[in-house]
Amino acid sequence: MDHAPAPPAPGRPTTGSVVLALDDVSKNFGAVAALRGARLELRTGEAHALVGENGAGKSTLVKILAGVHGPDSGRLLLDGREVTLDNPAAARAAGIAVIYQEPTLFPDLSVAENIFMGRQPLTGGRRIDRKELASRCRALFDRLGVRLDPDRPARGLSIADQQMVEIAKALSFDARVLVMDEPTAALSGVEVERLFTVARSLRAGGAAVLFISHRFDEVFALCDRITVMRDGQWVSTDPTADLTVDQVVRRMVGREVASLFPKIDVEPGEVVLEVRGLTRLGVFADVSFDVRAGEIVALAGLVGAGRSEVVRAVFGVDAYDSGSVRVSGADLRKGSPAAAMAAGIALVPEDRRQQGLVMELSVERNATLTRRWKLARFGLLSARGERATAEEWAARMHVKAGKLSDPVSTLSGGNQQKVVLAKWLSTDPRVLIVDEPTRGIDVGTKAEVHRLLSQLASDGMAVVMVSSELPEVLGMADRVLVMHEGRLVDDIPRSRADESAVMLAATGQGGTTAVAS
Amino acid sequence: MSAAGTKAPSPAPVDQAPEHTGSRGATLVQRLVVVRELGIFAALLLLVLVTVIANPRFLSGQNMRDLLLSASILTVLAAGQTIVIVTRNVDLSVGSVLGLSAYASGTLLANAPGTPVIVVILAGMVVGALCGVLNGAIVAIAKVPSLVVTLGTLYAFRGLDSLWASSSDRLQINAADLPASFKSLGGARLLGIPVLFLIAAAVVLLVGFYLRNYRSGRELYGIGSDPAAARLSGIPVGRRVLVAFAVNGALAGLAGVLYAARFQTLDATAGTGLELNVVAAAVVGGVAIFGGSGSVYGAALGALLLTTIGTSLPQLGLNPFWRDAAVGALILAAIVLDRTLSLRLARRLRGRNLRGS
Repeated sequence: MDHAPAPPAPGRPTTGSVVLALDDVSKNFGAVAALRGARLELRTGEAHALVGENGAGKSTLVKILAGVHGPDSGRLLLDGREVTLDNPAAARAAGIAVIYQEPTLFPDLSVAENIFMGRQPLTGGRRIDRKELASRCRALFDRLGVRLDPDRPARGLSIADQQMVEIAKALSFDARVLVMDEPTAALSGVEVERLFTVARSLRAGGAAVLFISHRFDEVFALCDRITVMRDGQWVSTDPTADLTVDQVVRRMVGREVASLFPKIDVEPGEVVLEVRGLTRLGVFADVSFDVRAGEIVALAGLVGAGRSEVVRAVFGVDAYDSGSVRVSGADLRKGSPAAAMAAGIALVPEDRRQQGLVMELSVERNATLTRRWKLARFGLLSARGERATAEEWAARMHVKAGKLSDPVSTLSGGNQQKVVLAKWLSTDPRVLIVDEPTRGIDVGTKAEVHRLLSQLASDGMAVVMVSSELPEVLGMADRVLVMHEGRLVDDIPRSRADESAVMLAATGQGGTTAVAS
Repeated sequence: MSAAGTKAPSPAPVDQAPEHTGSRGATLVQRLVVVRELGIFAALLLLVLVTVIANPRFLSGQNMRDLLLSASILTVLAAGQTIVIVTRNVDLSVGSVLGLSAYASGTLLANAPGTPVIVVILAGMVVGALCGVLNGAIVAIAKVPSLVVTLGTLYAFRGLDSLWASSSDRLQINAADLPASFKSLGGARLLGIPVLFLIAAAVVLLVGFYLRNYRSGRELYGIGSDPAAARLSGIPVGRRVLVAFAVNGALAGLAGVLYAARFQTLDATAGTGLELNVVAAAVVGGVAIFGGSGSVYGAALGALLLTTIGTSLPQLGLNPFWRDAAVGALILAAIVLDRTLSLRLARRLRGRNLRGS
């Protein structure tokens, strides 16, 4: 190791040359535009923050830098020269190391092998030199100040330890550009501090660090410049010293509320769903809330805050460790979706392809799946009964399908979602839980789904809506419950709910910063 | 570039070393991994012990040699299968590949009796490797699950074998058609140990050495452990899987030649149904069916155990029909053990990944 240059004074201007730049990059996944003219410029010796809401395109941008996705248009410049990174190995060879949001370790292999996979030190005979492997691994861990056994398998490591292994891996590349996609989400204060020490020393050594985080305190403590993204587009890049948290939040969310169907005002009725102290170790803790008849309650928060996990536990798909769920005053047995359905809860899951629909079955079969016992006579399903029920619901929901006997997989995303809704609504639920009801759906269908949810609430149904789309949350919800890292941190009534309030609570800043709207 | 080439300095050593996290888990896991192979070994010893008590002649030199000889072919196949299974794939076509290679080497020797044994072995391995490349190419390039691909080629290769046998003038190749030099391989001994078994042992050691000590060998485990992570790490997943199938095919080809040398009567049905024994040997030997873990030594012990069950049950006075039931019980026991192990680790993992709760 050569000698360390003195760390520069904080707040120094970034004068390094541009090492990596993204110029007007776009990327589409099917009909969804993940990036539309994204821009980014990383200089040597700087820590650069990339911030934006869920779905702003940060992770797609990271994957383009990592060589996982190729851009549809736009240029990637390394030292001013255009480069193509068509696979992860190419990105690595170009000196770009990435720490992903979710650790990507091989559970069966040892920690040391995970770090040096494909780059293990070799003996003369091209064999892996295990002693050298372990000692290099130890040297990295010493640098990071972690004490892990290089020979233990990665399986069973805590998320924080896995993340430290990822960091050690990135460090071992001697990368010129280190990309960290929310690396601190699972780390404790000491570990974060240690990570920052490493990031600062890399920066001082001339590397560029791209830091993606929802934690503004960390962004402001570490980074020299901040780039804000929104809806796949570049919004601004400014020196951190010129920005405040409020300004950044406003730039992240600042867009006009799209044409949304506003919720019909309903006088809420009695409490239908009572959740008390719901805890699943390591996933969410002490979650309590009520939902009244006629009310739409939104569950907001960042990806990974534990929202879907909470509703899955309420519905009984997942178990929970303590707490209780009551429906209309009666205790609900835990871990039993059948009991939840009998009590009148319906869950429209987040991933309709995986959890909501049987893609190969026909529209009518899917729509009547939840009611097959009611439609059956002597244990046999009547095709006519199925068809009649399906037709009734298809009409009520405006499902656009060629024929009801066509497989569900032939429908558009929006119409698939309507089939899932029909499937659950036909059970006549008292509590409807919808998880990301409009993800990947075109604007027109979105409005229809919103109209429908509003209609159901005004008919007296209690609706719980998990959503990552702020406009949807603000447009639809009577109350917004905000989760942050597994805990319910705020309960914002419609009158006080605005984008900044929700965003601040979701990023763990709730109550500490006053935002004028 | 100003400072890009400079290495990052090491940061100031952090205050004090944190608590040594996870070391307890490591020792537990390591113990279980060792126990995993020791367990099969113990089961094997127990079986031999019980059989010897019932019938002391079980330990006789001839009986031991027969046992090792019977286990050789299954061991070679299990070693090859391990390479494929660790990548989270499976090759069900090995029985048919063995049949094809056995028939090919028999035909070669019947038509050219002077062919040196080593050439016959290489020819058989080439036939097997070609079959393996076909399997691997469909799996890696067309991205079809290997279970389906090799189920298809199981029938296709067998069909090819039958077609070849029925269209040639020899529907069956007999010992009389084979040269003495080749036939002697089947019963040959070196220092009292059957040569076939020595070949199998060499294969196991070579494959084990490769899987443990070479980068590409470790990458095979990586692919099976987490295919998505393997891609993100820049491992050439398709190429590695293709090579794994090719090597497994070549070893099945080798097994075919050994089969020809041992049984000396060859028709198009040689090796029928062997594939499930092979997968069973690997699974009983601790090779995880979903890839990423297990060793070729375990698989070899599994092959030895399955063979020993087959020969010891009659000596214990039990109906050989019990063999299948015993093998089934062993597979279930192996799976339950693996599942328990991973569940215990998963529970260990939970509870630490949410801070402040």
